[in-house]
Amino acid sequence: MVKVFQAADATDLVTELRRSFDDGVTRGYEWRVTQLKKLLLICDNHEPEIVSALHDDLGKPELESSVYEVALLRNSINLAVKQLKDWMAPDKAKTSLTTFPASAEIVYEPLGVVLVISAWNYPFLLSIDPVIGAISAGNAVVLKPSELAPASSSLLAKLLEQYLDSSAVRVVEGAVTETTLLLEQKWDKIFYTGSSRIGRIIMMAAAKHLTPVVLELGGKSPVVIDSDTNLKITAKRIIAGKWGCNNGQACISPDYILTTKEFSPKVIDALKQELEAFYGKNPMESKDMSRIVNSNHFDRLSKMLEEKEVSDKIVYGGQKNRDKLKIAPTILVDVPLDSQIMSEEIFGPLLPIITLNNLEECFDVIRSRPKPLAAYLFTQNQKLKERFALTVSAGGIVVNDIAVHLAVPTLPFGGVGESGMGSYHGKFSFDAFSHKKAVLYKSFIGDAAIRYPPYSTGKLRLLKALVNSNILEIFRVILGLS
Amino acid sequence: MEEVVDQSLREMRDTFASGRTRSVKWRKTQLEAIIEMVKDNEDKMCDVLFQDLGKHSTEAFRDELGFVMRSATTALNCLDKWVVPKKSNLPLLFYPSTGKVISEPYGTVLVLSSWNFPISLSLDPLIGAISAGNTVLLKASELSPNASAFLAKTIPSYLDNKAIKVIEGGPDVATILLKHQWDKIFFTGSPRIGKIIMAAAAEHLTPVTLELGGKCPTIVDHHSVSKDMKSVVKRISGGKWGSCSGQACISVDYVLVEKSFASSLIEMLKPMIRSFFGENPKESGCLSRIVNKKHFQRLARLLNDPGVQASIVYGGSMDEEKLYIEPTILLDPPLDSEIMNEEIFGPILPIITLRDIQESIGFIKSKPKPLAIYAFTKDENLKTRILSETSSGSVTFNDVMIQYMCDALPFGGVGESGIGRYHGKYSFECFSHEKAIMEGSLAMDLEARYPPWNSFKLTFLRLAFREAYFKLVLFMLGLKK
Repeated sequence: MVKVFQAADATDLVTELRRSFDDGVTRGYEWRVTQLKKLLLICDNHEPEIVSALHDDLGKPELESSVYEVALLRNSINLAVKQLKDWMAPDKAKTSLTTFPASAEIVYEPLGVVLVISAWNYPFLLSIDPVIGAISAGNAVVLKPSELAPASSSLLAKLLEQYLDSSAVRVVEGAVTETTLLLEQKWDKIFYTGSSRIGRIIMMAAAKHLTPVVLELGGKSPVVIDSDTNLKITAKRIIAGKWGCNNGQACISPDYILTTKEFSPKVIDALKQELEAFYGKNPMESKDMSRIVNSNHFDRLSKMLEEKEVSDKIVYGGQKNRDKLKIAPTILVDVPLDSQIMSEEIFGPLLPIITLNNLEECFDVIRSRPKPLAAYLFTQNQKLKERFALTVSAGGIVVNDIAVHLAVPTLPFGGVGESGMGSYHGKFSFDAFSHKKAVLYKSFIGDAAIRYPPYSTGKLRLLKALVNSNILEIFRVILGLS
Repeated sequence: MEEVVDQSLREMRDTFASGRTRSVKWRKTQLEAIIEMVKDNEDKMCDVLFQDLGKHSTEAFRDELGFVMRSATTALNCLDKWVVPKKSNLPLLFYPSTGKVISEPYGTVLVLSSWNFPISLSLDPLIGAISAGNTVLLKASELSPNASAFLAKTIPSYLDNKAIKVIEGGPDVATILLKHQWDKIFFTGSPRIGKIIMAAAAEHLTPVTLELGGKCPTIVDHHSVSKDMKSVVKRISGGKWGSCSGQACISVDYVLVEKSFASSLIEMLKPMIRSFFGENPKESGCLSRIVNKKHFQRLARLLNDPGVQASIVYGGSMDEEKLYIEPTILLDPPLDSEIMNEEIFGPILPIITLRDIQESIGFIKSKPKPLAIYAFTKDENLKTRILSETSSGSVTFNDVMIQYMCDALPFGGVGESGIGRYHGKYSFECFSHEKAIMEGSLAMDLEARYPPWNSFKLTFLRLAFREAYFKLVLFMLGLKK
């Protein structure tokens, strides 16, 4: 029987972890590397169980679990282990004449005790990847996995407890109640992956303690398709990025397509052709797609499809099975821009195509909506690529591919506006959980009199010389000769 | 007022959407205009700073005008470099894709500044916002009304007033501003208000930079700096009383020293204060006054605590009419007194004695993380301990306040002392969204990327992701299972 998590438990938990942190448990390089290597062991020894849990929670195909969760985590851990010494080393900073003689550096220090709240769609990746950042930066960390992926949540709790140092790394399972209790505590950082709605609640709670946050949220990631693109590859990549990634239930899933009226029929044909190649004539039977996570989300998506003026715009798919929590890959064309499906993040296997008279119009459409986590463009037109990259505001932009930037550790992954704040992956994860402390080492040589009262117009003149970079004056001043 | 705010926001958003502020030329023109504005209005600026805070023109120039001009000049000189996209190296797995990071302006940002350095704390964030290509609304503090009025009147005649706007007012105006959606909010002030700002920002998922405060401790390890003690005393005194009379977020709040040296330290501080301000500091013209009656009464209350009164070893006189408090030194006021538990922000300097200077670490740790820690020491061991066992926005060894001038160092707090940082390049980054751009090729394609899944594809991808390229080649050649 699981003990009910109460307010006192939350307080005790933070107190205990803070004591561990203050005792220096998590600060040393050895401890951090050991924990990271233990995470690697989890990946090595328990992949089948992880795959199984993900299948229970989401019907996730083995390949997606193996590659998009476990393999990505392995890479993330290995990178951290390899680079940690480098990351932990202080950065030298340049000093200037006004602070001469001095030397300066930036020291990376852990924030303390941090909270990671993860999501249900990639429950292992989105739990452990931030934890990798927290641990490499030397923090004590509490992870709260999503209750909407219960098998994964309980496996995470079991494995982390088994392998990691429980005096500094803990998992709290639960739902709204437990999360609320955790949020009442004072954390040194909160890292949240999930919806914009909850993101606001998290930030509001964080404000009470002036806790900095990283919010990895979502949005409607648009895909703009130019008629000069290689349509076969474009269609394949969109399908793999949408239905091939947790069946559209991903924060950077291609949400809707923008293309010209003229080109749209070709796009639809290409998509239909490749969808059949990937999932066969009966996609509801295909084992290569995750199912819808639960009946709430199923109903949400059904409602989107059943809305008046939307249901008659389906050009492919549309089949549903509530018992099996399956909805077939569905393509719609020119649904009303104010319909539900075009107003909120779809997070499912539905793909609306909005046609434009002129591809130019895509900029206005995208700009009129909240900033998404990702924006995609398929084109060979160099000028269009440049304009898109410069003027479309999104967390990240990918040209001629979908979602891959998530796997690149040298690119910061995060949102802007409604899609979030802060970023991580690679060194950005280490930075996200660190305080960059400025350190100035000053010597006692030379004490410019102009720094001190009594003030006089003479001193004012000298200060101005300093500011106006009158070299001769400056040296006289600094050497205390003036 | 609501109307004014709505209209201003609309105009700034339209201006941003037009793309005008994105051009480097526009940004440089604005930065040049700021420098020109300061140069043209030096006397007027010193004047308003004298009216609001009794600042001497030299102090005004050193801490505010000169600082702003240098900050704008740095931005002007470095802008071309800062706007260049940063190329990212991609792992071989992603060949031939390329990646880079572009710094993109957030959009329309709000800067709320403080009263103690009303010119520099308004213009410096403005410089950051402009160099990053944003449109910006500035609200200076109503507690420095002359500076605020000056900025409101003068900025529009120098800067692009469809992109950069100034609004005056107090908490009621701030409340109206905070109801709106901003793309970024930059606030300098107290932790208490910082929390309110962040909560308001949360409604719109607006990222914030909060430059707050705290009790900045100054450790004096007299064993290792005895040779330079005169310099130590000069720097502490200059830092405490020479900059807005202790009303600064990075001011020396209190001193930690070994009991055996305390009285020597005090006996050195006294003549130093006299050398700065003469026998009658009130008449010296070199000591800023307390900003207003409310803060005066706050400080008076701190000082009038009987336990604190008893600890006064120098100064202590006050003049409410002139908003003057004499440079005051306390020796071991009660640790549970208010003055030892809130940021002093005034010309009162508690000296806390310890048996052993090593105890300073534990003392500092028992309090919220400050914006700065100052330590006068040459003991490498102590330096290491301070760096690794305490946490603060910054640490400065053997000086005070000067880290503010070093724009290669990020300036910002941690914990209660703030979120985010600025100065130099960090100001540019503070107001930018670092956007990742990745470009793939349509020429090559990997079948293994696509369903239907099978064990071949699974093994292929596993090896590819592991970057086990040799094994991958063997696998492809059928030489490995």
